Amino acid sequence: MLSSTGSIPLTDGEQTILRELNRRFGPEASIVQQTSDQIPTFWVAREIAHGVLSHLRRGAQRPFRVLYDLTAVDERLRVHRQGLPPADFTVVYHLMSFERNEDVRIKVALREGALELPSAADIWPNANWYEREVWDLFGVSFSGHPHLSRILTPPTWTGHPLRKDHVARGTEMDPYVLTEEREAAEQEALRFRPEEWGMKRHSESADFMFLNLGPNHPSVHGVFRIILQLEGEEIVDAVPEIGFHHRGAEKMGERQTWHTYIPYTDRIDYLGGVMNNFPYVMAVEKLAGITVPARAQMIRIMLAELFRMASHLVFYGTMSQDVGQLSPVFYMFADRERVFQIIEAICGFRMHPAWFRIGGVAADLPQGWDRMIRDYLDYQPKRLDEYEKLVMQNRIFKARTVGVGAYTLEEAYDWGVTGPGLRACGLAWDYRKQRPYSGYDQLDFEIPTCNNGDCYDRVVIHIEEMRQSLRIIRQCLENMPPGPIRAAHKLSTPPPKERTMHDIETLITHFLNVSWGPVLPPGEAMVSIEATKGINGYYLTADGNSMSYRTRIRTPSFPHLQMIPLISRGAYVADLIAIIGSIDFVMADVDR
Amino acid sequence: MSHSHAIVAGLLNAVLGLAFLMITAALLTWVERRLLGFFQDRPGPNRVGPFGVLQVAADGIKLLFKQDWIPPFADAGVFVLAPAISMITVMLAMAVIPATPLIGIIGDLNVGLLFFLAMSGLGVYSAVLAGWASNNKYSLLGGMRAAAQMVSYEVFMGLSLVGVVMLAGSFNLTDIVRSQRHMWYVVPQFLGFIVFFLGGIAETHRLPFDLPEGESELGAGFHTEYSGIKFGMFFVGEYIGIMLISAMTTVLFLGGWYGPVLPPFMWFGIKTGLLICFFILLRAALPRPRYDQLMAFGWKLLLPLTLLNILVTGALMLGLPGPA
Repeated sequence: MLSSTGSIPLTDGEQTILRELNRRFGPEASIVQQTSDQIPTFWVAREIAHGVLSHLRRGAQRPFRVLYDLTAVDERLRVHRQGLPPADFTVVYHLMSFERNEDVRIKVALREGALELPSAADIWPNANWYEREVWDLFGVSFSGHPHLSRILTPPTWTGHPLRKDHVARGTEMDPYVLTEEREAAEQEALRFRPEEWGMKRHSESADFMFLNLGPNHPSVHGVFRIILQLEGEEIVDAVPEIGFHHRGAEKMGERQTWHTYIPYTDRIDYLGGVMNNFPYVMAVEKLAGITVPARAQMIRIMLAELFRMASHLVFYGTMSQDVGQLSPVFYMFADRERVFQIIEAICGFRMHPAWFRIGGVAADLPQGWDRMIRDYLDYQPKRLDEYEKLVMQNRIFKARTVGVGAYTLEEAYDWGVTGPGLRACGLAWDYRKQRPYSGYDQLDFEIPTCNNGDCYDRVVIHIEEMRQSLRIIRQCLENMPPGPIRAAHKLSTPPPKERTMHDIETLITHFLNVSWGPVLPPGEAMVSIEATKGINGYYLTADGNSMSYRTRIRTPSFPHLQMIPLISRGAYVADLIAIIGSIDFVMADVDR
Repeated sequence: MSHSHAIVAGLLNAVLGLAFLMITAALLTWVERRLLGFFQDRPGPNRVGPFGVLQVAADGIKLLFKQDWIPPFADAGVFVLAPAISMITVMLAMAVIPATPLIGIIGDLNVGLLFFLAMSGLGVYSAVLAGWASNNKYSLLGGMRAAAQMVSYEVFMGLSLVGVVMLAGSFNLTDIVRSQRHMWYVVPQFLGFIVFFLGGIAETHRLPFDLPEGESELGAGFHTEYSGIKFGMFFVGEYIGIMLISAMTTVLFLGGWYGPVLPPFMWFGIKTGLLICFFILLRAALPRPRYDQLMAFGWKLLLPLTLLNILVTGALMLGLPGPA
């Protein structure tokens, strides 16, 4: 970490941004921080934060159009923060530019007693929910925010859970008692009051109906509540409400060792399986400085793509079911079962294998894995052709999805859309291609795009991605390199055991790394990947401990849900169901 | 003496007929589930009894013995009435269908066709009243959809039959079948056949026209609040409705009991059965259109088609020398 006059070399990207910021806000305005992930990171003063963000979004050449993530860190117990500006809380803005293919991280230090920042919701609309989340979990407030209220915890919650002084386990709290009064109060707190959201109860000619869709409803894919303001069956406005699936995954990250947290990641996007392990272990490896051997990298890619197949098949089936088609979902679940048979043969588990390890994977591929995969690769494409006729070419399906729930590329930027939803708007941007990780650059595949950004196009992208995944899996099958499946690094888990009986140092390291878990050097790293539903990233802060100091999970579904009101206004209730289906989300991926 | 005999015979006929209907409707639920299973690469109910056929009994017992629950916020009287209407109207309508000249309850009714239309018109009330009396927003939306959809499609259904009536010169269903001795009306009245069948699907609100229920949108639509035997009555009503539309299509367009070699009642059964299977196949295959698309399809396509059909039929009948 250094000041802007820095003595350590800055990367080109950092220098460019620094020059821009210095020119505009003065040379002392920003401080550069070194991070393990090489993402240019600048600390800016609270007073100019809004101006800097606004400049990066609007003023800069090739601007940072996307607010990729917005979160906070409770810095009060952090030991290793030499050289960083004094702070009790830090708010972190992670911006992304597709044109530059670069990210930038802006950090703002806040002191207790002045935990307030101007809202960035006027710069990026998707800052709205992120700021509510930071307020909810850290108690940092944002002035000028349109509706700063709790989002993940219940409205009756007291305290801010991600603060270090908030309890982390149920056993640290008094037993929970639900009395009748409390139940009534909790229910009353969930009552929707249109006035609070600036909605009218009547138009000039009619009363609006306020329909509470969810949290339990056949088509909301989990526990998700949308309150609809209806005139007849037409949606005037909608208020999505999340948090019913919140399990405190980020808080749990602060209480699990680096290794034992892996199974928790599986359950974030619960259809994605090891796809969730991927960014997490890569972030840990970046902090630890581990290089993963080629075979492990290829195995990871293969498993991740198998899970992409499984997840997209569920999407395909449920999407057609959401528009009223009964049968396809059975075919697609049967296909998914085949994928799971392969996954089970390799990992021993089906949905949540927790199979990646720090430095590699848990075990080598079993005998006969290649035959299983080859059979599957021969089987699936024909089925996809058949589904094309059954679903995609069906006129009613087209009538229900073409032109429904469309958004433009500009809107996609504004709302932080990534993944198939972004590519359906015409931008060929895929993390695997633009910023290859784990050896994706050695594989040959294409990025499908469409131009209308409507529900139909989103389905088209998903299907084409399945075909590309099959292509990738075949290449993995044919080019699987030999070699170790885990890095011979002292921090990889489970630690290498071969030499433990030969020298005492290895034995001690092994013993400690197994019993305590590895101790990572202090640092920060964010690693993102092209997950099943968009870009998923883990932003880890290590403080020289066997546990994470802060685990931030940036999930794609969170911003995607936020734009539901925008694309459903003026549509019918039935359209909303198609829109929800086409977004492809799971609530655990939203609420974490 | 002979008078009272006639009454007893008539009653027996009616009771047996209705019992037969109920049992067939119940079996139909099993047939549908097995067929759907077949279409969807899965077994379907196959555990209770031979081929799972006693699943029907198990389901019936479950529905009968469930707590008979009326939501406290519902309009109790109407809430109870609605499922009864659903079942009664379709059963009454079934009464006028002649399976053969001899098998049927009142197959020889001289206003049989009108009676059928009247009953299916009354059937709309079950969905509308259920939706209203439940006092639930989802039910209300379902009821609204039902009202619009069923009233509209009734229009096309009625109009599509005008051609048949013109050709047969009678509202008596037995006479209508008899007049198809040489040619089934599906040939000269192909448009009428298509529109009637589509209208029939809409009337029974089966997929793809199941908008009043619209499971993925409205939970269960107009019968969201129903459980136990009251839900069962909607269920049975729906299945008798399928049988009704299939049987009516057979009678009106497919020559009723006429066919070579096999005895008449078998021909009627085969034709009706195939149509029922077609209903189920549709359900397995198609997605659901949106409410406004369904309406536009009806008023902008089906209505002109039926009117054209009437015009052409009338013109041809006037132009060609009639059979008398």
